[in-house]
Amino acid sequence: MKHLFAVFAALLFANVALAEDVAPDALVRGVANDVLDIIRKDKDIRSGDTRKVVELADVKVLPHFDFTRMTRLAMGKDWRKATPEQQQQLTAEFRALLVRTYSKALVEYRDQTIEFKPFKMQPADTDALVRTTVAQAGSKPISIDYNLEKTDQGWKVYDIAVAGVSLVTNYRSSFAEEVTANGVDGLIASLRTKNKSGDSSAAKK
Amino acid sequence: MVVLAGLSGGCATTGVARQDDPRDPLEGFNRAMFSFNEGFDTVLLKPVAKGYDVVMPLPVKTGVANFFGNIADVFIGVNDLLQGKPGDAVGDAGRFIFNSTFGVLGLFDFASTIGLDKHDEDFGQTMGRWGMGPGPYLVVPVFGPRDMRDAAGLALDIEADPVGHLSDVPVRNSLTAVRFVSIRADLLPADKIIEEAALDKYSYIRDAYLQRRRSQVYDGHPPPEPDDE
Repeated sequence: MKHLFAVFAALLFANVALAEDVAPDALVRGVANDVLDIIRKDKDIRSGDTRKVVELADVKVLPHFDFTRMTRLAMGKDWRKATPEQQQQLTAEFRALLVRTYSKALVEYRDQTIEFKPFKMQPADTDALVRTTVAQAGSKPISIDYNLEKTDQGWKVYDIAVAGVSLVTNYRSSFAEEVTANGVDGLIASLRTKNKSGDSSAAKK
Repeated sequence: MVVLAGLSGGCATTGVARQDDPRDPLEGFNRAMFSFNEGFDTVLLKPVAKGYDVVMPLPVKTGVANFFGNIADVFIGVNDLLQGKPGDAVGDAGRFIFNSTFGVLGLFDFASTIGLDKHDEDFGQTMGRWGMGPGPYLVVPVFGPRDMRDAAGLALDIEADPVGHLSDVPVRNSLTAVRFVSIRADLLPADKIIEEAALDKYSYIRDAYLQRRRSQVYDGHPPPEPDDE
């Protein structure tokens, strides 16, 4: 009886620990499946309402992303040229851009199924790579890999690579080009313009 | 003298506000070719691909993609051999045999359901595997982004392609056209995403292409690049 109680207590404890600290693969799996489920069922989204997808991404996906780290990665050396205030603006604009891109991708590929590759990690690891694939007819499945980092608030995604192309570092040379030509403020301005044009084209649909 | 003036004029326009990317020394030419390809795509290829995408039922599209995928498996196998991956090459041969027979001339990807996974190889990757660098980025007419190594690889791919060697010209041309349209239709979703994502479409596609090829050469596990974060 005493043993049984101990086992019960251990199980309970294990459950609590799990809820607090979701493993990287479980986190990605949970978020991706949740979001795809909603997208498939929601009529407005199916008919192309981008705004609704962006809202959905905001609630479900974004808490698990580290946008400051993403912006820093995309900026490379130029990150240090920016003042703390500029860094904040950059992060906000880049975040808006990535969210729209990611939402668009989810809608376009909603009918595909995601497969998760076996995940390996040591308990002490603070950096993890979750590999997934999306099937497509006639060619090799597209890989979508998530890089995660362990933070005080749990695991956070800091890079997504689609078919080997990082959505974050792919901006590096266009960002650097813009900073060289028009300075950090120039980059902020062109990100802002891009985001505005994206919003208005979304509203038209 | 006129020539000289023209040359210096050309330098001045390409030199404005653009830092030289060492991976893309032909940027001026490439951008011109890029906009030519964009025009060609907008006027001809994309409308046809869209029509195909809307009109054809999904099983037909899948069948067409599988059919050409099956032909490609032969050369993927050859490239696996050239890259010293005999295990993968045997798998590719198995895929071709199973899909050509049980898969009804390749219309069904029967082999994937029994665990023979598709690989992704071409002559460009084979050269990369043996240590050849990508060389300068190059936008090829109609075919689009390449680098020098892959442009050479593309020439070999075309030379080795059985569809291109069919003696019946109408059949050969129809197959080539259908293949192009099928490949283009598969890329329609990616189009919209790139429009959404890119600040400068030219450099976004260039950088994505170079990253992707690097990843393919290392079969999805490229060594990390120097990170100046």
